[in-house]
Amino acid sequence: MAKELLRMDHITKVFPGVKALDNVNLSVEEGEIHALVGENGAGKSTLMNVLSGIYPYGTYEGDIVYEGEVCKFQKIKDSEKKGIVIIHQELALVPQMSIGENMFIGNERGTKNAINWNETYSEADKYLKMVGLSESSHVLIKDIGTGKQQLVEIAKALAKHAKLLILDEPTSSLNETDSRALLDLMLEFKKQGMTMIIISHKLNEVVYVADKITVIRDGSTVETMDCHSTKIDEDRIIRGMVGRELTNRFPKREGVAIGDINLEVKDWTVHHPLYTERKVVDGVNFNVRKGEVVGIYGLMGAGRTELAMSIFGKSYGSEVTGTLTINGQEVSLKDPRAAIEAKIAYVTEDRKGNGLVLSNPIRVNTSLANMKGVSDRGIIDQDKEYQVADEYREKLSTKTPSVEQNVGNLSGGNQQKVLLAKWMFTDPDILILDEPTRGIDVGAKYEIYCIINDLVKAGKSVVMISSELPEVLGMSDRIYIMNEGRFVGELNAAEATQELIMTSILQSGRGE
Amino acid sequence: MSINIKDVLKKYTMVFALLAVIIFFQAITGGKMLLAQNVNNLISQNAYVFVLAAGMLLCILTGGNIDLACGSVVCFIGGIGAVMMDKDISWVFAVIVMFIGGILVGAWQGFWIAYFKVPPFIATLAGMYAFRGLSNVVLQGYTVGIRNQVFLNVFGGGADCYIPDLFGGQNLNVTCLLIGIILAVIFVVMTVTGRARAIKAGNDVGPFYGDAVKMVVVSIAVIWFFYKLANYKGIPTSLIWIGVVLLVYAYITSNTRMGRYLYAVGGNEKATTLSGIDSRKVYFFAYVNMGLMSGLAGILTIARATQAQPTFGQGYEMDAIAACFIGGASAYGGEGNIFGIVIGALLMGVINMGMSIMGMEANYQKVVKGLVVLIAIIFDVVSNSKKK
Repeated sequence: MAKELLRMDHITKVFPGVKALDNVNLSVEEGEIHALVGENGAGKSTLMNVLSGIYPYGTYEGDIVYEGEVCKFQKIKDSEKKGIVIIHQELALVPQMSIGENMFIGNERGTKNAINWNETYSEADKYLKMVGLSESSHVLIKDIGTGKQQLVEIAKALAKHAKLLILDEPTSSLNETDSRALLDLMLEFKKQGMTMIIISHKLNEVVYVADKITVIRDGSTVETMDCHSTKIDEDRIIRGMVGRELTNRFPKREGVAIGDINLEVKDWTVHHPLYTERKVVDGVNFNVRKGEVVGIYGLMGAGRTELAMSIFGKSYGSEVTGTLTINGQEVSLKDPRAAIEAKIAYVTEDRKGNGLVLSNPIRVNTSLANMKGVSDRGIIDQDKEYQVADEYREKLSTKTPSVEQNVGNLSGGNQQKVLLAKWMFTDPDILILDEPTRGIDVGAKYEIYCIINDLVKAGKSVVMISSELPEVLGMSDRIYIMNEGRFVGELNAAEATQELIMTSILQSGRGE
Repeated sequence: MSINIKDVLKKYTMVFALLAVIIFFQAITGGKMLLAQNVNNLISQNAYVFVLAAGMLLCILTGGNIDLACGSVVCFIGGIGAVMMDKDISWVFAVIVMFIGGILVGAWQGFWIAYFKVPPFIATLAGMYAFRGLSNVVLQGYTVGIRNQVFLNVFGGGADCYIPDLFGGQNLNVTCLLIGIILAVIFVVMTVTGRARAIKAGNDVGPFYGDAVKMVVVSIAVIWFFYKLANYKGIPTSLIWIGVVLLVYAYITSNTRMGRYLYAVGGNEKATTLSGIDSRKVYFFAYVNMGLMSGLAGILTIARATQAQPTFGQGYEMDAIAACFIGGASAYGGEGNIFGIVIGALLMGVINMGMSIMGMEANYQKVVKGLVVLIAIIFDVVSNSKKK
């Protein structure tokens, strides 16, 4: 058995009001790739923040034993000195600076008052070569793609003489090819004796690279699986993550009559807002009927959100062309207001970024898209507004002491319910739900699925955009598959399988 | 259900700070601070702060955006009015022109900010220079005096700008005191009926003693304040303008759709836009309003000074911004209210007056003012970071 490099012993971390980590144990051996998996909010990132000293020694309980000694990191620099380097999910690069400058930021070459630029750039080039980048280190970060930026981050970590490299969702913003290249690079590093911890949601990637997999659920370690002693597949990991079998994840939808076509989109093409010659959505055709849930599945960057936003009052892109037909009538929606009036609702993907006003209470958020419903000639009837918000709180069983609570204080699942309430209050016929269950726990997901079922039961049409295959398969009546801006397949729920969907994506990619 | 003392303290920190400062100066000046005349002056001297801060609040709500130009605009608009009245043009017409002028200035700045996405800091910095220059042009570099007595009386300038006593009280302005009592009664009645309406609608209201304490405290404060005014000359006319502005803006920010949009845009502009609200209109509204308030502040300023000078209004923008931030408006937008800025403006006013009574040197007064603003912001930042 190889030597143990890192042991995190009974780590408990409490934030005001919530126990983020509860007695977590993690043991990483030298030269292995150790994957940390778990749902959002399970505590993976918190654990890594404890390890890297972002939460200093003393703010948590338990011990970090690294290379046989107990470490008491006060700040990130302390852990970096020991060779523990973390690469965060959001890239920490300054776009206007060159690759070389970025790599040695806070770690400058030269003396205190004079940076040695020659050394900086020659060293940078050396590390760039190690990660397989042929770019000069003088190139500005903003001029290279995300995939390459991610590699620069790794080169930056190597320049800090990393012994233990932690990658937090390294492929979340990369396309298939770049992701695969990154994973292969990790395997290459492993051969050279580097130890790595990878946090990832993409279980196929985890299975591909990991030697061991530790599952974290609700702030505690559930189990550690050894990928070499037994064959571990994705279902096995999911079972550990959610703590139950997959069978009951989706509520049954029965006796919903599917009616006429409600929304029809034809030849929908959207260009990128800045690089106007690039087509983000390319000649998309689809329709959704009354009482139907239509799933749109695609990987990140396939153009799903862009499609939805461009339909919703041209909120995205330039040169939006194509026809929209609602209930048999062709419409032109020039802004979100027009879309809302045409009875379309777009429940955004990013709750915090463009969905909710976190500093405002539930009551205010609920009425925001339909202020006319609670006001008369510009004057708000606050009592009525309260009643509306309270009604939806009850209907969607949002867990909160009162609707006067600021939305920022709610959990992800409850925020999602408020967001749904806001759009349900606009009384739409067509709801476009963009990643409706991203980042919320399994229980809340189930409740959201029930709400979706209730909506179609009431004769509404639901377009559900998702990058979670099981969800798309479990909830949709029909599934459209999107890849690189185009629809590459349409399947009925009965015939759809995970394999069929993935094949059509892969084939469409190869066809180019 | 009960009221958390800690929350109350947190919510009204600045009110307690204001009380502490008043008590401090009252003690150190041997009771001069709260002499009727000083209370009266506190209002007339700071009329422009209240008015500009009300306008500034709307801008700040949209995302911490400020208007650096309003001091210059005050001077510019005031200059136009003074010159018109100097040429014996009817004061009513002059006032109308000044209001419209303010709106046009606001529309000019709001247009660039809202529709061309010029950063407000830059757009209004440009305005600050330009309108200062234009003030000089309008006044041709001279001081222009105002002789129109009616104008002065209406807008709080000269010796007779007080509401006369209808009952002919000797040392006590009975009308003034009566108005104070009536206002207190109106407040109590509105609180009680509002509460009843909310209960009838089935809404969650706090325990009754919370409202009861509020009613008692506010009534006492209002009656005490008007008693002080009554002991001097009564209600200064500028107080009426302040009162109207504050009430209207309190209503706009809390009860109208546009008010709600200001908060929403400041809290999350993307979410607001995707909710079908045109954020450009919201910015435009905020800055047009700021222009209108600058116009009113210009009128009040020249009335109080009974003249217009090319140097008027310098630093007014900073006083207004300070009042907003001290009063709890968030420098990132989306948070703040009219009650807060009233407290903020009063706190600044009290500190100014207290230091003047003490005879502190003007330069040190500025140092103290600066520190007060800094402390208020630190407090805001710290209490917000604790929330997260």
